[in-house]
Formats: sequence, structure tokens, C-alpha cells
Amino acid sequence: MDPVSGDLNSPHSMGTTIIGVTYNGGVVLGADSRTSTGMYVANRASDKITQLTDNVYVCRSGSAADSQIVSDYVRYFLHQHTIQLGQPATVKVAANLVRLLSYNNKNMLQTGLIIGGWDKYEGGKIYGIPLGGTLLEQPFAIGGSGSTYLYGFFDQAWKEGMTQDEAEKLVVKAVSLAIARDGASGGVVRTVTINSEGVTRKFFPGDTLPLWHEELEPHNSLLDILSMSTSSPVPMDS
Amino acid sequence: MSKAGFDGPPKGGFSFDLCKRNEMLVQKGLRAPSFLKTGTTIVGLVFQDGVILGADTRATEGPIVADKNCEKIHYIAPNIYCCGAGTAADTEAVTDMVSSQLTLHRYHTGRDSRVVTALTLLKSHLFSYQGHVSAALVLGGVDVTGPHLHTIYPHGSTDTLPYATMGSGSLAAMAIFESKYKEGLTKDEGIKLVAEAICSGIFNDLGSGSNVDICVLTKGNKEYLRNYSSPNPRTYISERGYEFSKKTEVLLTKITPLKDLVEVVEAGDAMEE
Repeated sequence: MDPVSGDLNSPHSMGTTIIGVTYNGGVVLGADSRTSTGMYVANRASDKITQLTDNVYVCRSGSAADSQIVSDYVRYFLHQHTIQLGQPATVKVAANLVRLLSYNNKNMLQTGLIIGGWDKYEGGKIYGIPLGGTLLEQPFAIGGSGSTYLYGFFDQAWKEGMTQDEAEKLVVKAVSLAIARDGASGGVVRTVTINSEGVTRKFFPGDTLPLWHEELEPHNSLLDILSMSTSSPVPMDS
Repeated sequence: MSKAGFDGPPKGGFSFDLCKRNEMLVQKGLRAPSFLKTGTTIVGLVFQDGVILGADTRATEGPIVADKNCEKIHYIAPNIYCCGAGTAADTEAVTDMVSSQLTLHRYHTGRDSRVVTALTLLKSHLFSYQGHVSAALVLGGVDVTGPHLHTIYPHGSTDTLPYATMGSGSLAAMAIFESKYKEGLTKDEGIKLVAEAICSGIFNDLGSGSNVDICVLTKGNKEYLRNYSSPNPRTYISERGYEFSKKTEVLLTKITPLKDLVEVVEAGDAMEE
């Protein structure tokens, strides 16, 4: 086997940070953008927040192939369901379809998903569907390898009845914290906000994210840092 | 098998007699012969008015170069091409299969194929084989919705990107793209950058080598530049030339290629609501 392909042929997985948060009036979904094969970043700007219907989105984690196939099927089923019903599908229906596929094929699939959306019956709702295929209705959900760094943070920072702005800020802060500590998460932060008004997508480039403990400012070149540090000390007079 | 208790006619079906022996041989350290793999550099990028695909031309069998000038840019449809890395047989088979399905689909619908259609057919085939069909692909094309570039992994996951690399040389090629790619490249700039990325694979990756193949796809037009550049020419050719024995046959038959596509004329009124 050639030098690197051993690594590259390993399944394509998303060491990930994904988040779903409810707020007063809707939901905010958030994710990083790193997709890796072994030690190689196969895509540094991927979109892990996938559209299922006009009003329901899903955050994907785990095997990229598995999470794509599940969301492709659910999107197809929901499209059909919307036509037969003559009105938008509810978030609960979407989450239940994901659960059905995840649970029935639990031995074949390696994916955890967070479903979020808004419908006129129940308002903004977040559902988490972890590895075994159980369905959890939650006020907030976190998933992926980066989520281990966030449980304590969310227990402390999540509040009932936040505003949209507070919820968005919380999600971006949480993803950037996870990116800082989790090697398998990185790149940019993407968010999707869903409420009665519709859907807004936001994008936060890596160099605009807040810096945490001992992090360095982003630079285009290491040479910039070198020239900075040599020029900053005042030359001594002889 | 012969020591079965009776002398009736032989039973039909498969015989698994050798499985036990093979298991024992593997346990004793025998390595099964490996498949022909294309340790490869393949790339693609989106430019001003279309997509450019690129590939090296080395095929390897373990440490041996099996073919010094193979073709890794496969035909999918007149407006869609696909670079393949991984097991040569798999990339060839999977692209041929999808290409034939798309041909039938075109005759059925009377419209040009779309890149997403090819993408879905490829990914659903690869997913159903759970990574055992080892084909890593860079799919590019221009259709009615514009230029598209995708990567497809052996397990069936896909990405949509402005520039992409695959194969063992993907790291070397991506280094070039990451430092030099920008939006809205002209055709000449695009070809130059793709060739540079492939050359980076050819020179820095052991699995890649020989020549550069390029395919430029624009709206309603394709340009297949086979052996666009040959950075590794033969340095010595015998002055005496090569002699073939008298019995060697020379191929005199002229091969006439088939027409690219039967023209489908749209007739009748469009469907109304």
C-alpha cells in the first residue's frame, strides 16, 4: 500500500461539533465545517446543516456517507408527505422519520443527528437522535466529538426563554469553544435560525471567531509573527 | 469431498472446500495478491466558464508501475467527465455503468444529463457496497444549471467544492490549489493551475507519475487534452530501432467511431397547468 492512501481510504467521517438550541420563538442550529479522513482534512468548509424541508433542517455527525444517505431519504419522504398532506410537514414528523431509519438500520449506520425546525402547531423544536436511534425532544442538544467539551458550558449558559440574538451568540460561542479544544472540529462556524418568519443562514469565518485561553491571533504567514517579534523590542543603545 | 459416504451423482452448487485451506495459508502469513490500484493524483476546479479536470497517468500494482500512460479521466456523458482513483477495475466499471444508465436516461427524456444525476447514481451504488467498491472520484461537468464539481468517496459520501483533489497525491495537489486558487480564473490560468497541481503529485507522490491528462468542460463544449504535458520523456531510444518478427500482424482495419448522440427533436406543446 502506498504511503498515505491507507489513511485516506478510511471511512470519511465528521469529527464534529453540532448544536441545536431552542429560544423564545424558534431554534438556532450550529455546526463547524471540518470533514476528515483519518488525519487529513478532506473538506475544510463543508456544510453539515442540511435542509430537509422549508422549515426543518438537520445537523449531521458521524460517518459522512451514512448521515448523507439518511438525510437524503428523509428529505425524499418529507417531500412526498408534504404533497400528500397539502401543507408543510411538522418537525416531529421529520424527526420521527429520521428515528425510524436510524433505529431500523442501527447495525449499519454510524451517525448521530440533531433535527431542528419550526411548525405552526408546536413552534420551534429540537430533537436529538444519537447512535442507537432513540428520539429525544430536548430544549437544547449537542452532538459530535466536540460536544464532550460543551456539556458543562451548556448546563451553565443555557437559559429558558432567550432572545434570538442571545441564542445565536450562545451557539457561535459554543462551537468556537469546541473548535479550540477538539482537534476533529474546525474551520468556520455555520448557523441556521428557524422561526415563524422563515430561515436565516449565517456564516462566521475562522478568523472572526473569539479567541480563548492561550489561542493565537490568526496570521497569513508565520513570517509575520517572526518579523513582529523581532521588531517589537526596542533596540538597545550602545 | 470424495470421501462422502455414498457414490451418487455429484451434487451441484458451490464448493467451499478451499476456504479452510486459504484460512490456514493466511494464518501462516501468505498475502493474497492485491488488485491493480491507481496510486493517483486527480484534481478538478471550477473556472470562469466551466470545469477543468486533471489526472496523472501512472497505474501501479503494489510497488510496480503497471502502466505508464493509462487514462484516468473517464467519459460519463458528452458534458460530464469523471476522474477515478482507487482500484482501476472499480473506477472503470462504475463510471461505465453510470454512463450507460445516463445514455438511456437521455434517450428517454430527450434532454442533456445533469451532473447531480450522475452524482446520485454513483453515490448510491458506492454506498450500497459499503466501501468495498473502492472508487474515489472527482466528478465534473457543465449542465443546464451551470458548472459543477463534486468529490465522491468509496463509502458513498459526497462533497461539492470549487476545487478538489483525490488519490494518494491529493495532499501534494491540494497544497498547490490552497495557495494559488482564486475565483474567476480564465481558461488558460485554470489549465495551468491544474497542470501544476498534477505535476506536484507526479513529482512528490510515489504513487503518481508520468504524464498530465486534462479535460476542459464548458457550456456545450469539451476539450480532452490527452497527454497535455509530458514532464517525464524517455531519454534513450535505441538507434537501431526495434525489429518485429515477420509474423507480426499489422492492424489495417479502419475504426469508424459512432456518432456522439442521436439528435432528439422536441415536438408538441409544452405541458400546461
